[in-house]
Amino acid sequence: MAELEKVHEEDILIEKLGYDDHFHDHHHGDKYQSNFINHYIFSMDHKIIARQFLITGIIWAFIGAAMSIIFRLQLGFPEADFQWLKPLLGKWIVVENGIGSLAPEFYYALVTMHGTILVFFVLTAGLSGTFSNLLIPLQLGARDMASPFLNMLSYWFFFTAGIVMFYSLFISTGPFSGGWTAYPPLSALPQASTGSGTGMTLWVVSLVLFVVSVLLGGINYVTTVLNLRTKGMTLWRMPLTIWAFFVTAILGILSFPVLASGFFMLTMDRAMGTSFFLSEIFIQGQALDRIGGSPVLYQHLFWFLGHPEVYIIILPAMGLVSEVLSVHARKPIFGYKAMVLSILAIGFLSFIVWAHHMFMSGVNPFISNFFVVFTLIIAVPSAVKVFNWITTIYGGNLRLNTPMLFAIGFVSMFISGGLTGIFLGNSAIDIQLHDTYFVVAHFHIVMGVAAFFGMFAGIYHWYPRMFGRFMSETMGKIHFWGTMIGAYAIFWPMHYIGMAGVPRRYYRFDGFDAFKHFTELNQFITIAAIITFGVQVLFMVNFFYSIWKGKKQTKRNPWGATTLEWSSPIEGVHGNWEGKIPTVHRWAYDYNKDEREFVPQYIPMEEGEEHGEDMH
Amino acid sequence: MTNVALKNNNNTRRIHPQVFALWMGFLSIIMMFIALTSAYIVKQAAGNWLEFVIPNSFYVSTAVILISSLTLHLSYSSFKKGKEFLYKSMLVVTLILACVFIIMQYKGWFTLFEGGVDMKGNPSGSFFYLITGLHAAHILGGIAALVVALLHAFTLPFKPTEKRRVRFSLVLQYWHFVDILWIYLFTFLLFI
Repeated sequence: MAELEKVHEEDILIEKLGYDDHFHDHHHGDKYQSNFINHYIFSMDHKIIARQFLITGIIWAFIGAAMSIIFRLQLGFPEADFQWLKPLLGKWIVVENGIGSLAPEFYYALVTMHGTILVFFVLTAGLSGTFSNLLIPLQLGARDMASPFLNMLSYWFFFTAGIVMFYSLFISTGPFSGGWTAYPPLSALPQASTGSGTGMTLWVVSLVLFVVSVLLGGINYVTTVLNLRTKGMTLWRMPLTIWAFFVTAILGILSFPVLASGFFMLTMDRAMGTSFFLSEIFIQGQALDRIGGSPVLYQHLFWFLGHPEVYIIILPAMGLVSEVLSVHARKPIFGYKAMVLSILAIGFLSFIVWAHHMFMSGVNPFISNFFVVFTLIIAVPSAVKVFNWITTIYGGNLRLNTPMLFAIGFVSMFISGGLTGIFLGNSAIDIQLHDTYFVVAHFHIVMGVAAFFGMFAGIYHWYPRMFGRFMSETMGKIHFWGTMIGAYAIFWPMHYIGMAGVPRRYYRFDGFDAFKHFTELNQFITIAAIITFGVQVLFMVNFFYSIWKGKKQTKRNPWGATTLEWSSPIEGVHGNWEGKIPTVHRWAYDYNKDEREFVPQYIPMEEGEEHGEDMH
Repeated sequence: MTNVALKNNNNTRRIHPQVFALWMGFLSIIMMFIALTSAYIVKQAAGNWLEFVIPNSFYVSTAVILISSLTLHLSYSSFKKGKEFLYKSMLVVTLILACVFIIMQYKGWFTLFEGGVDMKGNPSGSFFYLITGLHAAHILGGIAALVVALLHAFTLPFKPTEKRRVRFSLVLQYWHFVDILWIYLFTFLLFI
């Protein structure tokens, strides 16, 4: 074909200004990614691995969300006949007097799996796995991760963890059903409930594999950020996305091993008869000879991960949103240094607040004071970030496209969900609110929906970078408004139910005089959840349709962004840049500066030009 | 397996990225043992704690692993100086010492068990087996790395290239790390 080779302005500039690392001097194109298997399956290219994480994450999100629809049906319509679900759920639909109802054991299993899947597989692996992999090398001007091999292992450990968990859904005793936190004794004694046997064994195996995946990934991300930045890319010139992924990875490296310790002890309690977490238990009418353990010890170990975990989830979303807001408002991010410092502050504080999950577990109330204070202090860096996001878009020349809408939606969700966190962080108010739907509403909005919004903003924004095509704007906007309204319709009413004291994790409420007047509200929530789920199906359609049929990307830098990932070839080449790699001369947010709409990071400073903010 | 990214390491940093990655790995292993040892302290303070004497073979294994660190270091410096015989022989000695360490640990567990300290029952015994066992698992990882280093030493022609030096130094640092980790755990179990 006599096709004219397209000359890209970016290539010329990088060839002129870039740094020659002699990358293409060595001929290694033959062995690297020469066939389908090592190109698309056991790939060591960070761009492919990012897409593997993303698509696996989307599939898990779909499974996890479908589970929530099933248990929402039970909560909204406890009297209804669910025989139509029998083809899907089989024996877990119990038919009595012609009415099929969801087996209570399976209800608990669904709640447990929904939490585990969403927290770990979707919002940890699917979010930070995807975007850390995609953006760390590309935005830093690196050829790939520090260790592409460990990076590949990280994905395959995640994949295996997923397979084990998926398998546990189909065993005859059902998956684990003691809540996603897996507190002992339900998790430590195989005879404690139907799901505590094989289901729990598979759960813990899956999560240990998952911890390995997170550690391999995190070690790689931190090493890459600290060692493989291109010339001129000082720490203070890194985009906020990278700062967020960097701190996220450190949190993971420090907190997941502690969870692993807890799991090892739990496994010994289950399999070898130790009593780390068990004490004086009567089960099935018999007293066990396991004494001396403490279930609260497990809670400490679990939440020492568990609290940093919520920041592992939200920080990447914050980073993505900062970037998307700045690009689409055509304005530099407001208070870059304050943003970085608040990320660091949040990361630090996240390690000294874990016991606020345990106010009602019998920890010393005086110790609770300490945790209350630090929990409330987290509001400060969070408020700094919210203020800076709002000031970033204030007076900007906003492009209200789908990624931007989701980024703004993130800020809205983060404010609504963050405010209720201040209530829950008080140990006194927690006496009333703990384990109610108020908690459910709080964490779903602030780390569930908000993190999803950050992820959606990221997916719509970097979709061209991943697939060389755009997602449909029309479907995207329907997706945004449906999700925005739907999510508030689901979770806003839950605050009221929670304040009235309705406990979470109950199978049905119509038997309680205090709670049965909420039946209509529960039905409303269920219907809203079904509609919102439908909108997510639309997103899936849009996502997979656009991979093959979306509008083609023609310009390398479709959004007019300053960061380096948009200077590399659309099709994504091995080593990220064809010839030289770009060198960096300025920070990542030179928008509307000196009459220029945007100035990419690889463009040198002009004579007399001032650096943005106070970057030098 | 060509490591594409490392060629890009144009910054004049002294730390090799793979070495740095290994240190990050150390950090996560340290966190795991911090969790276990702090759980130990908390549990001990709660009372009902069985005190027992640590069997002698654990003292022997401590000496063995200390010596093995020295022999491996000698092997590494011989490798750098181009002394092929010392490099290979010390590597073999290290591997033997590593296996002796595991055997001594196993003997120690056995003595303990025969002395009535069961894994079940009092948490002090459970903690002892868990902490030393998890450390032994990390030693096994180290032995695997030593075997790889040994294969390199005996199958590849002797050429002290930079790439091989870095690889060997990864093994060396990991081995020193599990050694120091053991010293920490041993003194912890001994005195606390």
